[in-house]
Amino acid sequence: MKIDIILAGVGGQGILSIATVLGAAVLRENLNLKQAETHGMSQRGGAVVSHLRISSDTVASDLIPEGAADLILSVEPMEALRYLPYLSDNGYVVTNTTPFVNIPDYPAPEQVLAAVNALPRVVALNADEIAKAAGNSRTSNIVMLGAAAPFLQLDFTTLEEGVRSIFARKGDAIVDLNLRALHAGHEFAKNSIRL
Amino acid sequence: MQKHLLLGVEAIAQGALDGGLSGVYAYPGTPSTEITEYIQDSRQAAERNVHRQWSANEKTAYEAALGMSYAGKRALVCMKHVGLNVAADAFINSAITGANGGLILAIADDPSMHSSQNEQDSRFYGDFAMLPILEPANQQEAYDMAYSGFQLSESLGLPVVLRITTRLAHSRAGVLRKEIAAQNSIRLPDDMRQFVLLPGIARRRYNGLLEKQKKLLELSEKSAFNSYEDGADHSLGIVSAGIGYNYVAENFPNRNCPYPVVKISQYPLPVEMLKRLSDECEQLLIFEEGYPFVESKLRSFFSDVPHIRGRLDGTLPRTGELNPDHARRALGLAARPTQPIPALVAARPPAMCQGCGHIDAYLALNEALSEFEKGHVFSDIGCYTLGALPPYEAINSCVDMGASITMAKGAADAGLRPAVAVIGDSTFTHSGITGLLDAVNEHAPITIVISDNESVSMTGGQQSAAQGKIESICRGVGVEPEHIRVLTPLKKNHDEMVRVFREEIAYDGVSVVIPRRDCIQRAARLKKAQKSENSDNK
Ligand SMILES: Cc1ncc(C[n+]2csc(CCOP(=O)(O)OP(=O)(O)O)c2C)c(N)n1
Repeated sequence: MKIDIILAGVGGQGILSIATVLGAAVLRENLNLKQAETHGMSQRGGAVVSHLRISSDTVASDLIPEGAADLILSVEPMEALRYLPYLSDNGYVVTNTTPFVNIPDYPAPEQVLAAVNALPRVVALNADEIAKAAGNSRTSNIVMLGAAAPFLQLDFTTLEEGVRSIFARKGDAIVDLNLRALHAGHEFAKNSIRL
Repeated sequence: MQKHLLLGVEAIAQGALDGGLSGVYAYPGTPSTEITEYIQDSRQAAERNVHRQWSANEKTAYEAALGMSYAGKRALVCMKHVGLNVAADAFINSAITGANGGLILAIADDPSMHSSQNEQDSRFYGDFAMLPILEPANQQEAYDMAYSGFQLSESLGLPVVLRITTRLAHSRAGVLRKEIAAQNSIRLPDDMRQFVLLPGIARRRYNGLLEKQKKLLELSEKSAFNSYEDGADHSLGIVSAGIGYNYVAENFPNRNCPYPVVKISQYPLPVEMLKRLSDECEQLLIFEEGYPFVESKLRSFFSDVPHIRGRLDGTLPRTGELNPDHARRALGLAARPTQPIPALVAARPPAMCQGCGHIDAYLALNEALSEFEKGHVFSDIGCYTLGALPPYEAINSCVDMGASITMAKGAADAGLRPAVAVIGDSTFTHSGITGLLDAVNEHAPITIVISDNESVSMTGGQQSAAQGKIESICRGVGVEPEHIRVLTPLKKNHDEMVRVFREEIAYDGVSVVIPRRDCIQRAARLKKAQKSENSDNK
């Protein structure tokens, strides 16, 4: 198996914790992984991206080639669009619809959503709201991971284990909260896609 | 055996720890910072009492590491590429003194300037110093090179350069660890004059360094990190350096590259291996991250080769980091279909955080300077450099760490009034103090703003060497106490700040204004860490 994922967001939104959960899951499955991330200056509110590559074979490049990503997983709608050149012909976009406006020239949010919804293969969800309904809006990342689950070719239980191992230090309540978020995202995606 | 998921920088840190490290010395700088942070967070390092505090700058770090090597122990010194400009005096001379205990310089270059002022290529420094350079292609090699680099250094009696670039530094993959080596015990150099670079001794040692070059070349020719992989099609031969290897391999699924490939991960360049490639192939394609270092060397080695393709002939871009698509185009393979970025997508550059004290300082400074023309503010490197951008447009320079104070002085010498310097607390202790002394000695009419967030924030909030010491340093250097003014940069203090800035700008001598408020990111992180510590203790 092989899956190439572009993880996108804004510095400070925490896309790296999605990558960490996936990393823990992948290690458990004995698969190979390369995951390039953005550190440094862009973390000051700039656009950040992580290239996450999972494969049963060795992975050569730390970066995904253009036109080759199976999935763009974004915690912000405009950031999902920024990486479209990486998406393969039959790749999917899974994105949060809540805009993160920290620049003066952010386009009209309706236009951003229209561009997102015009994509041929897309799952768009208000992860902040779903996270809030599941207990806490700060788990919107994990909601997004849940929404990406149908595309990951990984057992859902592996993702649950990943969440458990990452949040175990913070106690059972936090683990449960994040598991609820993971399920809520997954439910949304299952109901909204026709694969 | 269990694989550990490690970033390239973390792999270097773990490799050094397992290889018998006694001390890491460093000043933060993207993309090198996490090497030291990993060691600071490591229980193994704590148990083995490994030195792991930050140094004031790269030069002090390098010299301390050299001192540890003198004493016979294994030391790692880490910095970003421009840090080596600061440490260059120590570095170049350490090739002449040589090492005693193993000494590795881990140097992280930043092609594409993701977080830097330039994209200088540290391989030139390694070559200039005539030292062996290791350049890993992947995280496992990064681990292995840090691990075995100490033995290499000790067997040659020379420091070893371990060069990485941003992409490998910040990319994670599974790494297998080796057995943990013991630390060295103290053992002074056999020759008590080895480190005394008086001309007579230095000449002898320099000749010794020149004599070692043959040995370095031999090691490169048979290094396990360098390889010659043959291919059936000799119309092209590929030379890949470091991470460039992966981008070539990416374009040939199952690694069935039809062309011969020389993989370079240890320098000096293995000339024989490259000569074979050049003899057997019609053209050479050079794929390397950084400046055209290998390419230029090959052009001088084999002036008779008709076609060397790479960054210099336009086959690959002259600047910036490479990626698998560059390799694809250079290899003449068809591009995959792609869709464009929709026109409405706006750039999202980094910016100062909302609530940052630097912002309040700039708003007040801008108002105090509003009666003058633009162009009087020299600044430096840190989060506050983002004050160059709208809506503040508050500063007119950012060159190298410490240059704000000295450039303001030079401009004042030229007659510019007012001349203002804006510098951060960590940058001040890194390289600002000596410039301040120059200014004080000449009673230069400059106003220095030390915007103090009590943190090295641009690189992620490390401990600043300045903490609690700035006023006493300024007094000690000779700034008059009544011209050292401390402010709290908050909206409610705006008018007072404007007044103080105006007063000090009007003063015809050196004054230092210190707007001081905690970095909000660091404060939030410390609070969170405290909270989780409290709940851990429950
Ligand atoms: C010689 C050199 N070393 C390191 C760096 C990386 N660097 C850029 S800004 C910075 C931190 C500056 O801290 P400070 O002056 O306190 O400003 P702050 O970011 O906290 O506002 C560092 C370490 C560099 N650019 N040049």
